[in-house]
This record gives sequence, structure tokens and C-alpha cells, in this order.
Amino acid sequence: MGTSAASIGAAIRRTVIDQSRRAHVGHIGSALSVSDLLAVLFGTTMNGTPDDPDRDRFVLSKGHAALALYAALHEAGHLSAEDLDTYCADGSPLGCHPEHPVPGIDFSTGSLGQGLSLAAGAALAARMQRSKRRSFAVLSDAELNEGSIWEAVMFAAHHKLSNLVAIVDVNGQQALGYTRDVIDLHPLADRFGAFGWDVHEVDGHDTETLERTIAGLDVEQGPPHVLLANTTFGYGVDFMESKIEWHYWPLDEHQYASAVEQLEAAR
Amino acid sequence: MRPQFAQGILQLAERDDRVALLTGDLGFTVLEPFAERFPDRFFNVGVAEQNMIGVATGLAEAGMVPFAYSIATFASLRPYEFIRNGPALHQLPVRIVGVGGGLDYGHNGVSHYALEDVGVMRLQPGVTIVVPADPAQAAAALEATADLDRPVYFRVGKEAQGIPGLEGRFELGRAALIGSGRDVALIALGPMARQATEAADRLNEADIGATVAVISSLNPSPEEDLAELLADIRLAVTIESHYVNGGIGTFTAEVIAEHGLDSRLIRCGVRDMPRGVTGTVGYLNEEHGLSAERIAETVQIALQPSGR
Repeated sequence: MGTSAASIGAAIRRTVIDQSRRAHVGHIGSALSVSDLLAVLFGTTMNGTPDDPDRDRFVLSKGHAALALYAALHEAGHLSAEDLDTYCADGSPLGCHPEHPVPGIDFSTGSLGQGLSLAAGAALAARMQRSKRRSFAVLSDAELNEGSIWEAVMFAAHHKLSNLVAIVDVNGQQALGYTRDVIDLHPLADRFGAFGWDVHEVDGHDTETLERTIAGLDVEQGPPHVLLANTTFGYGVDFMESKIEWHYWPLDEHQYASAVEQLEAAR
Repeated sequence: MRPQFAQGILQLAERDDRVALLTGDLGFTVLEPFAERFPDRFFNVGVAEQNMIGVATGLAEAGMVPFAYSIATFASLRPYEFIRNGPALHQLPVRIVGVGGGLDYGHNGVSHYALEDVGVMRLQPGVTIVVPADPAQAAAALEATADLDRPVYFRVGKEAQGIPGLEGRFELGRAALIGSGRDVALIALGPMARQATEAADRLNEADIGATVAVISSLNPSPEEDLAELLADIRLAVTIESHYVNGGIGTFTAEVIAEHGLDSRLIRCGVRDMPRGVTGTVGYLNEEHGLSAERIAETVQIALQPSGR
């Protein structure tokens, strides 16, 4: 098996299915939709090990996709298989939302709308400390309902935080319905553009395009960057795709077998 | 004491390049010296307190010591969850500076009165609260917390003069005592030391001996000092420009109960949301029983045989 971001994404999806089945917990659809985004970031894009003070920083602002993050950290060699098997176990630091005491997790998250400010602070710190490190944040699209996100959007644009890269997981889904029916975000690219950001609309499951797009960003000068990554909620498992119930449900035995079969067939 | 406090931050920044200053678009005539001296470490983040705390958290994670400045209500209540999930959860040295505690903003009305800031901050484990009584104590408190590797909430009032007998004494987790009377303990939160010491003078004229205990820090809190003080003083009166719930009135009740003391406690403070009533701070203090005269009256009534 190679170490392309695509193969890492597939491995993340398999871990998400295995661990959510073992732990009998939900948030599966959302973890699958960011699988390729995290594969690119942790597999082939971000610099530095967790103990390097000059590492690139990462914020999973949509903290409920934590399982995908643990899987990505595992693929990157920062989290052992034994640790991964404590997901949602009593006393484990690996809960349904990420906690910073876990090596490789820079910021604890879980309350939506806070992560972009953290990432903006991290980007500003890098500039003040004359470091070339970058700051990445993965946001959910529904999270953009939070007003505080737009405080951070304005701040980052005003200060031209070119080393800040926000990636919005545009899966069109939120907790009680589709984003277009709850709080319509359209036209999202125009909105970010109007706020002064460098906007890129990308396929959030096309790892090569994601890698190329991020590599092509000017992180030394100019505006902050946002990738509007069009993704599929529940990606890779046909009965989950774009089905809101998979924000909540754990897998039963039959569903698990079917999901594994589909994911393995697609590898 | 705002200018002196801002001067203190500037002095810290002179010797510590980790120090940065963020403001939520407030601090006219107060923050300019810092902005001019350290333009690369000063950021007016605009009227956006949530983002201010989030950015401060990101800065602190990278090793900076950011001060985040606004009016006390806006600094504490608007970004409260950001404070909880940011510097409190990550145990990072973010300094939140809330100016104008309690009723300080007088005519500006209830939106500007910080009447629960100390209470809500006290709920967060590991968030140190500092309420300097006067400029000298503010300087000492900034010094004492300069290297603290956890968040601090500073409630910076408008007291511009020194409190007689305090002489800038400040120690985290300790109460500063003024006087040694044994009839009543006047336990004051920060700048209310002014009213407490004046009330003590009035009581002294009536042959009532008071000890003033100035509480200027919580988390760590002066639990042992209060327990020792109240071991042989039967009447404790807390004085705070804050709701009577959640602040030092509540703290003192906890000390009395947990140490099995038998002091009576009277809590002076704001008891109801002051809707539709503004005025000068002096007027408001009088209305809420927080003037020296009203405090002395409260003590005298309590000490009468039928005072209960």
C-alpha cells in the first residue's frame, strides 16, 4: 500500500468505521466527509512533528469529526493503534471531540464557531515571531452560522494573514437538515470573496487537486485563504451519503459489514 | 487606575517580548502609549470580543502573553465561552482586562455594569481573578502575575487614589488587613476598600472596632486568611460592587460554612438587576447600601441587641 493522500484517506475512512462500530458512537457521516481533507493535511501537507514548536498549527473547528482526526494522527504515526482502540473508552483522552493533551492536537474544540479565531491567533503569532509556519483550520459549513466566525474572517482579512488557510467542509448537511433549508450559505464563494479572502472552490475528495491548491497558495503575502471543499457527508458508504441520521447513529452489525465491504472495494 | 494599569502593561512589555496588547476598540487616552511604543504588538481587533479572546488563545499557545482589553462586561460576559474553552481549558496565560467593575460606569446604565463578572470567572477552575483596590496594588498585582502560566482576569476599577493603610500590599491568595478591631470584619472586594475603611473610621467613632480585609484576588482565594480572621470576630460584612451572589459574599459564606465558624454574615452588594436607575457612582453606591455611611449603619444595626 502506498502513502498517497488518497490511500491515507481510504485508511482514515476504514478506521472511522471500525472505531465507531467498536465504540458504538455516531458522528460518522461528518468524520467521513473530512477524511480526504485530513489525509492531505496530515499525510502530505503540514510540516513539523507534534513536539516541534515551529510546526504548522491545526484546528479542527468542527470538533465532532474528531475520530477522523485521530485516524489521521494514527496514519501519520503520532497515535498508536492501542491508543486508537481507547476511542470513547472510560478514562481515555480520545473522546468525541478533540482535546489538546493528546499529542498532535494543538487545540481542544467542540463548540462550533471558535476555531477560526484560534487559527487566526496562531497565524498572527507566527508572523510576530517571524516564523514561516502556517495555520490550518477545518470548519464545517453549518458552523458558518456562528457570528464569531465572521469576526475572525474580518480580522484575518484586515491583517492579511496570508499564512492562514481555512478549509470549509461543504457537505451541505447540518444537525436538523440541509444547510440550504436551515440557513442558506449561498453564494458562499462570493461571501468570502467580498470579505477579502482568497477563495478556491475544490472537490474535497480529490486529494491531488487539494494538495496542488494548497501548495500553490501564497502564504507569505496577501489575503488569507479559504478552500471551499465540496464533500459528501458519509462519503464512501452508500447508505450514509447525504443522510442526516448518520450525524447521530452508530452502526449495527449488518451496516458495519456493508460499510467495510464498500470501503475495501473502493481502495 | 486605568492609566496606571496600562502603564504597567507597557512596563511588562519593555522587559518581556511575549507581551502583546489586544483591545476591543476601547481604551481611548489609555492605550496610546503602548500602541505607539510597540505598534507590532498592539492590535485593535475591533468590536469583536469573542474573536479577541480566540486570537489571544492562539497567540498564547505559541508562547505569547496577550492582554485583551475591554469594558468589564464586554470582556467577561460576551466571550465567556471562548474564555472557558480557550485559555481556561488550555491553561494558557491570556490576561483579560475588564475595566470599570461593578457600578463604575454610573450613567451608562446596566449594560455597562459588571455585576457578575467576578462570579462567573470564579466558577472557572484555574482562572485567577485580580481586583486591584488602587493604583499601587494594580502595579503590584501585575508584577505578581507576570509569569503566571494560566489565565488572569483583571477587573480594573476607576479608583485613582491610594487606599490609606494598604500601601500597595498584594499577594495572590491573601487578604490584606487594615486595622485590628474585633467587633466586625469588613471584607471588601478591591476598590470597595475605600468605602470599607471610611466605614471603619465612622464605626471607630462609635466605639466599634473593625478590621478591614481587602480581597484583591480569587483563585487562589484567601480562604485561610478569612478563616483565621473570622475565628474570633462574630460579625462579617462583605462589601462588593457586584451582585451579592457569586462574589466575595458567597465566598465568605463558603469559608464560614466549610470551617464551621459561627460568625454572622451580612452581604452588602447589588441584590436585583438595577433596571431603569442610573446615576453617579456615589448615588448608586448609596442606593445599593455600598456607601461608607450605609455600611456603618448596617453594622450598627446588626450589633444592636435586637439587630438580628
